Amino acid sequence: MYNGLSKERVEYLRQNKKRKTVITITRIVGLICVIALWEVLARLKIIDSFIMSQPSRIVDTFINMMSSGLMKHIGVTCLETLIGFLLGTAMGTLVAVLLWWSNFMSRVMEPLLVILNSLPKIALGPVIIIWVGAGMQAIIVVAIAISLIVTILEMLNGFISTDGEKIKMVKTFGANKLVVFTKIVFPSNIGTLFNSLKINIGLSLVGVIAGEFLVSKAGLGYLIVYGGQVFQMDLVMCSVIILAAVAALMYQGVVLLEKFSNRILKFSSK
Amino acid sequence: MIHLKTILRVENICKTYQAQNGEIEAIRDISFTVDEGEYISIVGPSGSGKSTLLSIIAGLLEPSGGKIYINDMPVQGVTQDIGYMLQSDNLLEWRSIWKNVLLGLEIRKMLNSETIEYAKSLLKNYGLYEFKDKHPSQLSGGMRQRVALIRTLAVKPDILLLDEAFSALDYQTRLKLTDDVYRILKKENKTTLMVTHDIAESICMADRIIVLTKRPAKIKSMHTIDFPEDAKTPLQRRNHPDFRHYFNTIWKELDVHV
Repeated sequence: MYNGLSKERVEYLRQNKKRKTVITITRIVGLICVIALWEVLARLKIIDSFIMSQPSRIVDTFINMMSSGLMKHIGVTCLETLIGFLLGTAMGTLVAVLLWWSNFMSRVMEPLLVILNSLPKIALGPVIIIWVGAGMQAIIVVAIAISLIVTILEMLNGFISTDGEKIKMVKTFGANKLVVFTKIVFPSNIGTLFNSLKINIGLSLVGVIAGEFLVSKAGLGYLIVYGGQVFQMDLVMCSVIILAAVAALMYQGVVLLEKFSNRILKFSSK
Repeated sequence: MIHLKTILRVENICKTYQAQNGEIEAIRDISFTVDEGEYISIVGPSGSGKSTLLSIIAGLLEPSGGKIYINDMPVQGVTQDIGYMLQSDNLLEWRSIWKNVLLGLEIRKMLNSETIEYAKSLLKNYGLYEFKDKHPSQLSGGMRQRVALIRTLAVKPDILLLDEAFSALDYQTRLKLTDDVYRILKKENKTTLMVTHDIAESICMADRIIVLTKRPAKIKSMHTIDFPEDAKTPLQRRNHPDFRHYFNTIWKELDVHV
């Protein structure tokens, strides 16, 4: 694979590859060490596994739970997150488009957005439960509430900072506001959109778990709260680890989607 | 000299900008006419309202007073007769070169087999056809600016406005590109109105130079640039003995203070 390259280049590529391998190995070894240390300390009764839990007990819990509806809990949380995430991003982008369209509305809404942005949306939890009813719908609304305002601000900011020269260029061809938006402003902000998708995945999960803490009969948030209440730390730890895996997978999903859409965009323009 | 048809008439144009902390008079009573096929350059100190004048002629800005006529028709809003080229090429990175060239036709809803053929022939004539599937970032600055010119020419405007169209490029690229653009514009027989702060560039390219005063801009003087037949291209003009004479005259009139 190094055919036709200079000696220095080959050496440089080797070094690069080596460094990457070392980093990956260090990561894996580090993780194994932490888990092993945790397990050993628990077995030696240096730490109390009733409070700290213990890797082998987490695995046991995981296996037990698999046969008693763990998948259902994961599914519920994923579903709520996806709905909240998609609706939050879509509605946020839509509102941002409207505010970009009308400078007057954007000025009118400015103080409201600033206040809503700094308000901890969880505080609205009880209001939301009373308004939409205790259940999945309340959890989804909490998730939307958390991601919506950030999306509006992020997208609007992106729309407004679109290169004015490019807008002038299409205007010289007689473009109206709709054309300016579809040909310049929106395509310029595909990157902004994916940035807010990435932020929103995390925010929607915060909303969903917080919502599940407040009202739920299923979901990872429910398992965490339930485990805490009955002092079953194995269940709590197990749920948190699954949650971390779910969050990482969803984030990777957005990254893949971004790569895919970039390819489609470049391909379709030929 | 044969009498040419007047294509553009600028009559008593004034422009005052309103802002929170006062008003700025950018242009005061500018009038001139441009004949078909003529190349006019407008030079003036920085911030003298040159670009404002172009935007008004292009119909992007309302003048505070005065009127613009193209082929004896008063200008209202953006018209099909004008092609406008800005300082930066403004090529869209998410489109291929070919799709960038078609952008103007797309917006004006003029996409048909005839206009597409014309755009293709422009790319071929000016050595860019083989790059049509590339993306803007893969082209050099000079090539990008030529693509921007072809995008503007593809809609077949009668009058071309160049707003400092070469000033974002490095010096060597600029010398080469002015030569290319001059050749393209003469071949396509376009009427051109160029705005620049570069006196040398004006003398190289224009048939006539309009010198503007500091803000508020008025016409200070007008110069007919006349080089012999053997010195017509920008590079030849730069080497001609008359070049220096024109340069000094206009330089004095511009009255630049640093």
